[in-house]
Amino acid sequence: MSVLVIGGSVAGIAVADGLRSQGYQGAVTVVDADPSLPYDKPPLSKHALKEDWDPIKGLLRPEEHYAAKDIELVTGRTAVALDAVRRTVRFDDGSERQADHVVLATGVRARLLPEELMLPGVHAIRTAADSAAVRAALADRPRLVVIGGGFIGAEAASVAAGMGLEVTIVEALPLPFQHLFGADVAEAMAGWHRAAGVRLECGVMVAGIEGAERVERVRLTDGRVLEVDLVLLGLGAVPAVDWLDGSGLDLDNGITCDEDGRTGLPGIWAAGDAATWRNPVTGDHVRVEHWTTAKEQGAAVAHNIARPDEPARGAGPVPYFWSDQHGLRVQFLGTSAGHDATHLVHGSFDEPEFVVLYAREGRIIGALGVAAARHVMKYRTAISAGERIEGLLDPVGEAAGA
Amino acid sequence: MKVTVIEDKCCGFATCISVAPEVFDIDSDQIAVSLIDGDLPERLHACAREAAEACPTDAIVIEE
Repeated sequence: MSVLVIGGSVAGIAVADGLRSQGYQGAVTVVDADPSLPYDKPPLSKHALKEDWDPIKGLLRPEEHYAAKDIELVTGRTAVALDAVRRTVRFDDGSERQADHVVLATGVRARLLPEELMLPGVHAIRTAADSAAVRAALADRPRLVVIGGGFIGAEAASVAAGMGLEVTIVEALPLPFQHLFGADVAEAMAGWHRAAGVRLECGVMVAGIEGAERVERVRLTDGRVLEVDLVLLGLGAVPAVDWLDGSGLDLDNGITCDEDGRTGLPGIWAAGDAATWRNPVTGDHVRVEHWTTAKEQGAAVAHNIARPDEPARGAGPVPYFWSDQHGLRVQFLGTSAGHDATHLVHGSFDEPEFVVLYAREGRIIGALGVAAARHVMKYRTAISAGERIEGLLDPVGEAAGA
Repeated sequence: MKVTVIEDKCCGFATCISVAPEVFDIDSDQIAVSLIDGDLPERLHACAREAAEACPTDAIVIEE
């Protein structure tokens, strides 16, 4: 009996730990391309950018954990090909490994600009090394331009603004997050940037990145030019599945899986950001890039491998993510995709402490909280059950409903 | 039994306050805190263990 896990981030480690906690007796091996011990990714665009960051705090598990749980950990080795029939993975050093079950958890990589624009001083943040490079660059007190005002961009901008740096965010949308959270919430979030001294350039894109030895200027599509010392890309991420081309797996914006983590090929599973699991409620295949989803999928796959005779386990029904910006914690439960109404049910946009509910066709689908963990989390059950929105609105919510 | 919350790990998921409201609360930074400094009364042991098990970031440490 053996399980080979490709990828040692949160999903991969959840598989390995889950196998052991389910009493799995076979060999468990985790192989990751990153040379570091497995680490947690959420801090990389948050606390890890600050001078006082201690990388030990960022480890998913202490070093001794792997030996103690009899988990073989191989770092700094990149998977380059999968033979799905033989359940064998080939690595960049030419070595191969075979197992009874192979779990694919290679995650995502940051979306970059075309190579000719990736001058020295242009960074993305996905790995600990990326984060360390940005931390070192921020210490020189650069003028910073963040391209893309999404979560990674907003978090990094808020750290840099907190250090007193000159920060500009360039965002193609009329406001960051407007498509996700609606105009009211997006306006509130933009207000936090402005209050912290971050310049927001919205509705405009980058036409060029220029410099002699390294980046010096960002040219915008409206003709303006920003003088800059450091550029951070917050352009989202793409599944790291190129190495699976030709493997016979169904790859469509990630590795297609059923609701229990099985791919279409026997003994091959996938979990985490690279996996597109079927949602058992809607029937849609959705790829979710959330930490807690990766962890839940990893634990579910571990259960399904270790206990094949028991009913299969899926991921949790309610996705969750959080983001830290300008000293405020934003939390989101469920989804806002396709919402047709929003309702402010707690606090106000100016405080800033609030909860906004998202509804579609009269039923709650998501809840966003700012500095309001206790209030937002109580909607978990309602979202899971798809309750009618009217029953969840107090008089404040009805007055502010849109 | 003693419980501690590792602040750097807590993501504010707040499962702990739904499972063990007498043991945990969420502070103004949206991070879980233990309400009980010393030994936990025996009747709270089971729910504290359940909270630690349910925490998505393994931020709750239990010393038996």
